[in-house]
Parts: sequence; C-alpha cells; structure tokens
Amino acid sequence: MMPTMLPPNNAVATTLGDLQPGEKAVIKGFLSADSAFLRFRELGLLPGTAVALVRRAPLGDPIEFNVRGSLLSVRQHEAEQIEVEA
Amino acid sequence: MSEGARPRPGDDSPGDASATQRLPPEEKRVFALVGNPNSGKTTLFNALTGMRQKVGNYPGVTVERKEGTCISQHGKELLVIDLPGAYSLNARSPDEEVLRDVLLGRRDDTPRPDVVICVIDASNPERNLYLTSQVLELGLPVIIALNMTDIAEARNLRIDARAMGEALGVPVVPMRANVREGIPALRIAMSRHDLPVSHHKVELPEDVAALLERFGHGDNRAALYLLDEEAAREGAAADWENRLIADRYAAIQNVCDHAIRDSDTGAATPTDRIDAFLLHKVWGWVALLGILGSLFVVIFSVANIPMGWIESAFALAGDGVRAAMPEGDLRDLITDGVLAGVEGVLIFLPQILIMFFFLGLMEDTGYMSRVAFIMDRLMAKVGLSGKSTVPLLSSYACAIPGVMGARTIPGAKDRLITIMVAPFASCTARLPVYILMIGLLVPPGKIPALTLGLYVLGTLGIFVFAAIFNRVIKRTKSSPPIMELPSYKAPSWKSILLHMWDRSKIFVRRAGTIILGISILLWALETYPKSDSEDDAVQSEQSYAGRLGKAIEPVIAPLGFDSKIGVGLLASFAAREVFVSAMSIAYSVDEEDDASGEQLREKLRQAKRSDGSPVFTPLTCLSLLVFFVFALQCMSTVAIVRRETNSWRWALFQLAYMTGFAYLASLLVYQGGRLLGFS
Repeated sequence: MMPTMLPPNNAVATTLGDLQPGEKAVIKGFLSADSAFLRFRELGLLPGTAVALVRRAPLGDPIEFNVRGSLLSVRQHEAEQIEVEA
Repeated sequence: MSEGARPRPGDDSPGDASATQRLPPEEKRVFALVGNPNSGKTTLFNALTGMRQKVGNYPGVTVERKEGTCISQHGKELLVIDLPGAYSLNARSPDEEVLRDVLLGRRDDTPRPDVVICVIDASNPERNLYLTSQVLELGLPVIIALNMTDIAEARNLRIDARAMGEALGVPVVPMRANVREGIPALRIAMSRHDLPVSHHKVELPEDVAALLERFGHGDNRAALYLLDEEAAREGAAADWENRLIADRYAAIQNVCDHAIRDSDTGAATPTDRIDAFLLHKVWGWVALLGILGSLFVVIFSVANIPMGWIESAFALAGDGVRAAMPEGDLRDLITDGVLAGVEGVLIFLPQILIMFFFLGLMEDTGYMSRVAFIMDRLMAKVGLSGKSTVPLLSSYACAIPGVMGARTIPGAKDRLITIMVAPFASCTARLPVYILMIGLLVPPGKIPALTLGLYVLGTLGIFVFAAIFNRVIKRTKSSPPIMELPSYKAPSWKSILLHMWDRSKIFVRRAGTIILGISILLWALETYPKSDSEDDAVQSEQSYAGRLGKAIEPVIAPLGFDSKIGVGLLASFAAREVFVSAMSIAYSVDEEDDASGEQLREKLRQAKRSDGSPVFTPLTCLSLLVFFVFALQCMSTVAIVRRETNSWRWALFQLAYMTGFAYLASLLVYQGGRLLGFS
C-alpha cells in the first residue's frame, strides 16, 4: 500500500495498528490532534522514528511495539491514530 | 540563560553554580531523585538512604512522599527526596504535578532541591534523556546516574559516560544501583560543592518565547510547564509543543551520537526470550494463572499460619491479664477492648506482608506490566486497565492488601475505581458467615455450589459498579493509554523488604489507630450498661449494642432480620466473622464446644419470632447472605480507604453506597421472594 500516492481525503492511512508482528515501519504522524498524543511524542514517537510491532496481547489487544530500544504497549484504538509508512 | 530559570520565591542567590556553597552550614543540602518509571530510581534511593527513610503523603493529594538521609563522604547529613517517576515535566497526573512543583520550588511543604540526581536507564538513553534535558534546561545543578549499565551492555550498547558528561556539561556516574555498584562515585559527586550548571539548552521557538514574554515570564523555562493549555493554544502556533519536543530529541540525538557506540545487532535479548514464553498466546495464560494462582493461595492459606500464631499469642496475653488483674471493668477493657483491638490490627500483617512481597517481586522483575498487558482487554470492558488485575484479585483474600496494592495503578481515576469496588470481592472473613448460613439453607452436598454462587455475585458487583463509576467519575486530565514493558531484571531484595516494612508501618500507624478506636467503642457498646445477669445472652440484649439492635429493627425488618441479627450486623463491623460469635453469644452457644457450628445451627433453626414463626427461614438466610456479599461490614477497610484516598469523603461514600446497595439487594430478595410465595 502506498498511501502517499492517494489524495488525502479518501486515503486509508497505514497505521501502527495495521502492522503484523515482526513488521517494521517509520512513523509519519498522528491522525488525532488530541493532546493525549503529546505524551506519545514525549516518549520519542516522532515523525521519522523507526517502530517495529513486536506482538499482540493474547486476546488481540493491546499491541506491543519497539521504539528506540524500549518496549511500549498501546491499545489498538490509539495505535490506529499513529500513521506509519514502510 | 540558566539564571533566569531559578524562580524560587524569595531566592536571593543569583542561582549560579556556587550558590550551594553559600548555604548556611547547618542546613542540609537537598538532593532530589528524578527519573522515568522503571529507571531504578527507588532502588537507588534505598541504596543511598537505607533505613533512614520517612514515607508519607504529600498534603492534599494521594501521592507518596519519600525522603531519607544520606551520609556524605565527609560525614555530613544530606536530605534525599525520591520524587515520583515521570516521563515529562509537562504534568498530566497528580504524581507528575508533584514532581514539577517540587523542581520549580512551588510546594511549601518541600524545599526546592539544591541538586537534582537524574536517574537514567542506560539501556534506553534517548527517552530517559528527554526528562533529563527538561531538568537541565531549568538551570538546576544536575548529576546523572547512568543506571543499569549491565542491561545496556547485554544489548551491545556502550555508553561513554565521560563523553556524555562533556556533551551535557554535568557529571555522569555509571552504576548498577541494585548491586550498589557506582554508589561511592555518586556519593563523591554529591559531596562536590562546585557542581556545574549545564550549558545544554534547546532554543525555544520564537513564537513560544514571545508567548512567554506576553504572559510576563521572560525567558523562564519553568513557565513552560505552567502555561495553561488554553492560553498556549490561542497564543501560539498550535504545534509549538510538537516542535519543542522534536528539537529536544534532536539535541539528545547529538549527545547520543557523541557518547554512544551502539552496535545493536538486533539479536534477541533475554527479555525477548522470556516474553516469547510469558506473553505467548497459550503459555502466557498458563504462566499468569500459575503465578497469580500461587499469590492467591499464599495470601488465602499460608497467611493463616502466622495469623494463628498472632491469635494464640493474644489469647495467652488475655489469659495473662485475666490472671494478674482483679475482675472488673478495667480488666475487661484491656482484654476485650484494647487487646482485641490491637490483635484486630496485627492480624492483617501476614496478608499485607505477603501481598507486598509479591507486588514488589512482580514490579521489580518487570512481570507486573506483563500481567497488565495480558489482562488489559478484559479489564477494559469495564473501563479499567490491566493494572487493576492484581489488586482486585488479592481482594478475594482480603480487601486491605487489595486496597493498598491499588497504589501500583498509574491513573488516579483507575486507582479510585479499583479501591471503590475491591471490597465486593468475597474475602476470607465472609467465609465463616457463608458457611454458617448456607449450612442452614441446603444439605451439605450443595454447600460448595452455593458458596461459589456467592463469589460470582460479589464478582458481578465489582464489574457492574466499576462500569458505573467509569461513567460517573470524571477523568481529571487525559492520562495517555501507553504503558512501558520494562526489561526483566533480578529483583532488589532490599527494596522489596523495605517496601514491605513501609507498608506495614503505615497500616499499623494510620489504619491501626482507627481500628483500635472503633474496637474499643464496639466493646463499650456491648459491655454497658451492665446487667445483673451472668448470662451473656441477657447482657448482650441489655447492652447499648443490644438496644441499638432493637432500635434498628424496624429498618432491617423488611429484610427479614430481627434485633439479634441486628446486633450481629453491628458487631460484625469489627470484622465480618465476628457475626458468628455474636450469634453464638445471642443464642447462648459456647463456641469452644461447637467447632462444627452444628449446635449454633440447631439453635438458629429453633429460633422464633414473637409471633412464633421461625426467624431463620430460607428466605431470611438468603437475604442475610446477599447482605454479607455486598455490604461493607468492615471498619478496617473504611480505615485503609480513608488512608489510601487521603479523605474521609471517599471512605464514607463507599461505606454508604455498598451498604445501601446491600440493603436494596436484600430487600429485593426477601420481599420479592415473599411475593413469589416463598417463605
């Protein structure tokens, strides 16, 4: 999928929540302007940062990912607000 | 511009590097420990201060306050404050607000630190340096404790501490706090009076600088964290915060490029290998059930052994007092009021110690976050997070360790909801009451099924009320739903033991005094006024408690309860199992000869109301059981909730809502049952 090629209004962005375990990607930005996402940035999830999905929890949610050498967990709902590209 | 960033009110020192030298000699220098959660900050605090610690609460908030004394290289006493762990000074929780306010010198109850020790997890330098860079910008003298260097090395991450120190302009001490490696070097750095103030600084975006100017703060970095979000929005480009964060990370990247040789091969770390098992779709559950199951079994059963010792010791002490003192009110006060009260406090200690041993072990090794990770989906259904799992589970043994364990839950709202619903879990103190009443209801073969039903009923209470509170209680500030899964590490036994000691001390001091007071009051209510009769049953009826039981009879009659049950309910506020002995007294059964409870059950079966109908009909028994499932019949829980929420308001609200709900549920069972033609 190459979301950058599509017009932004009907593009379906690839998000952290779409990645498969073991898959790597680079953060593009945040789809939500909610100030809660400021904390994600403060934890080092900045545009251009490499992320890798490690695994999903046994019940499918939340998900665990690796960023800057640390392991973080977010719920699927929030992961879908973090836009990534391969 | 480090000078401008020291806004201590009334601070007449210019805030340069030599400021600390001019402090009056008798005043202890104040060191603050600052760091991310899981950076080993508390382990370092314990290594520095040992037993010379004071643990309490910051006034007005439920944030733990820890300070201790450390002896410097020159034998001087230094004050060390362990500030709450945080990821940023941009506060989003009460814990983070305390951290920010202490560093900015805005709390009257805590001195502004002279030196900040920033604890950094060496295996994760970039993110850990973010908070450090905010502290450096404030212009406070900083020492960096580069902790857990062994975990970093295991990842092939080699940090040149000297180069990092040069890049940041502050001393960097590599260490492994859990084995005390690097502590002497840190003490030497702490004894220095010429600590430099860092030159590390990220330029503020122009519009932010202008904004600060407009609010009258000048170039004062402290003001960054005090700007009201609204004001920030209307005044500056909406994304100035985003740009500032990116700038800080860029500066950190420069430092890391300079100081870190990272030949991370991407090979699996020990943590990866352990998680492959502990977070496995099948084995993860097996391990979780095994670990939490053993926690439950140990709190549930092993604690009984030392609890038995405590009981025997107090029985002996009671006999001793009875033998040594002449009969009379004073003797009764000592044996039945004071000794019983002290026993009522100490009896909880085995469970509290075991609970905090397990909690400490799980937190310290890193497994606690994995429990939360696995359980999050289930707990999310009622608006809680996976972090509530362990406190709620342990409440099935006893609500006291459960409520105290809720401290490990990060969000203030989640913590409060967990505390509010935890006592619905059927604790061990309810079991004797369940067994007595169920024995009246059904033949022995059906007892387990009905008991299980009561546990299910209590569990439903937890989930239903958690869901209700989740809707009703407002989240004060959005706490981001992101959680770290720290690297596994060997536990620090010293930290765990200290934590067990702290928690027990707090329980005995804060909750214990309330429990002791109420048990003396209950004793007085049951003892006075005295009747001439030698018969305990008559005395029980004559006493204030008996009269109170009579007085509340009209209120509890619709539930099918008579005044004797009323006295039992009042007495069981001391502890639920006291209901059984209260019934034994009321029906003149000697508990000593009635280990199986069959004598008491026989008396209860024969008990008649004034109109000659039996008291303990199946419907009354069921109504009473439902009441015990839901009601907060436990002064110790009230006392500990008061302590853990830092207010009587929540403790009394919980008492009222749980007992109110129990009343309604019993009313529904009894009156509904009668309408349907049951008796």
